Amino acid sequence: MYSEKVMDHFNNPRNVGEIENPSGVGTVGNAKCGDIMRMYLDIDDNGIIQEAKFKTFGCGAAVATSSMATELVKGRTVQQALEVTNKAVMEALDGLPPVKVHCSLLAEEAIHAALWDYAEKNNITIEGLEKPVSDIEEKIEEEY
Amino acid sequence: MIYLDNAATTKVSEEVFEAMKPYFCEQYANPSAIYSFAGKSMKAVDEARKNIADFIGAQPNEIYFTAGGSESDNWAIKAAAEAYKTKGKHIITSTIEHHAVLHTCQYLEKQGYEVTYVNVDEDGVIRLDELEAAIRPDTILITIMTANNEIGTIQPIKEIGALAKRKGILFHTDAVQAYGHIPLNVDEQSIDMLSASGHKFYGPKGIGILYIRKGVRIGSFVHGGAQERSRRAGTHNTSGIVGMGTAALLAAERLQERSAKEIELRDYLIRRVLAEVPYSRLNGHMTDRLPNNANFCFRFIEGESLLILLDQQGICASSGSACTSGSLDPSHVLLAIGLPHEIAHGSLRLTLSEEVTKEDIDFTVDAIKTIVERLRSMSPLYEDFCKKGEV
Repeated sequence: MYSEKVMDHFNNPRNVGEIENPSGVGTVGNAKCGDIMRMYLDIDDNGIIQEAKFKTFGCGAAVATSSMATELVKGRTVQQALEVTNKAVMEALDGLPPVKVHCSLLAEEAIHAALWDYAEKNNITIEGLEKPVSDIEEKIEEEY
Repeated sequence: MIYLDNAATTKVSEEVFEAMKPYFCEQYANPSAIYSFAGKSMKAVDEARKNIADFIGAQPNEIYFTAGGSESDNWAIKAAAEAYKTKGKHIITSTIEHHAVLHTCQYLEKQGYEVTYVNVDEDGVIRLDELEAAIRPDTILITIMTANNEIGTIQPIKEIGALAKRKGILFHTDAVQAYGHIPLNVDEQSIDMLSASGHKFYGPKGIGILYIRKGVRIGSFVHGGAQERSRRAGTHNTSGIVGMGTAALLAAERLQERSAKEIELRDYLIRRVLAEVPYSRLNGHMTDRLPNNANFCFRFIEGESLLILLDQQGICASSGSACTSGSLDPSHVLLAIGLPHEIAHGSLRLTLSEEVTKEDIDFTVDAIKTIVERLRSMSPLYEDFCKKGEV
């Protein structure tokens, strides 16, 4: 069902874990649907992503897309990270089964959510970045 | 390989396979044919029919062969709805039925029937008071499964049958998971119609039965021939019928021994998992459950990931997680017993067979422990739980 690359990233996920005092952190998805991704970014003064880590609750594809997303943004600038779309994540994984495409969308959103948090903390605007819709923290705030 | 998905299907037992073999290349005649060559085939069909009837205390002429459990469920429900529509258009079922029943009921709703879905308690047992309260003057059918395919809970069929009989309502039960695994008796349990399938108890796939009590007047589902007393057309699946009949005979002979062994191993598995895996729970009734069924939820993790990692250890299992169902919702059964979505996503069903050993169970439990720990170490839900110490 899954490509070899998906299985590899599921079995040996890259960059699992947390970053203490991250430059940005975002959590997307919802437990109701069975997928939650949290992405941590460490961004230096030049706007380069030095470190990316993730934690994911979800299926094999959710884990693999998170892992691949961290790989794709590491060492990139904030602007370059914004260009890591769900399509890019899917292509890098040699594709996903149709029912799992939403996992790659979640990975893209996780990057955006972490970048949004970084922008807010530093009081800056990142061109082209919109507030991620499924950011769990944001949702909770809205409810209050 | 350790095969723990026997609720999905079982291996065909060697004895069953041996009994089936002559009906492919030697006794291949159409049992309905007139010449003597066909006689042996019809005799084998009759013998199988008797063995299958005996298991549930029925008469052979009350057994109708079908292509499997789903067809039997469809036939029983749709044909009963058709036959009794002048009396009423109300059907009662439960929230935890197999989709062969649920989707059939939903189909009938579109045809103008009304369906009441009775709730179950936290163990998955039907609420009898709710069932009784749901009965109306225009209720024509009650269809409640004998035992649940996911969580293994066995329903109080005798009580449900007695209630239906007292109220003069037709009672059908989907016994696909129960037939061949627990004692059944259509008279003692007041069952009017019963569905069963060959491949759930060491018989072949593609063969099932519908038991229809003598006097129950429901129409034919498959038209086209005089087979099965003109109620189910189609050339007899001789080898399949012989296979299912042999499996029924073996099940009757070995029921005690088989279930005693399975219950002992099942309870050992349940004890070890609940004691050794933190934040785990058993789904379904502790004792009123199928001898071979164990179903757990592990909090903070998702079922599909668990299945893939178990598969890599050579363990075949299943889950009620959304990812394995192809939808975003986890199992309707786990939601019906009151589990929140995020917990229902982390379910694991292990269903044993007579071949499973204690060593297999030990290996499996050890694998589950390692895998659950690994998945939790990468779960944001577990991270939050550890940091906040809250639910």
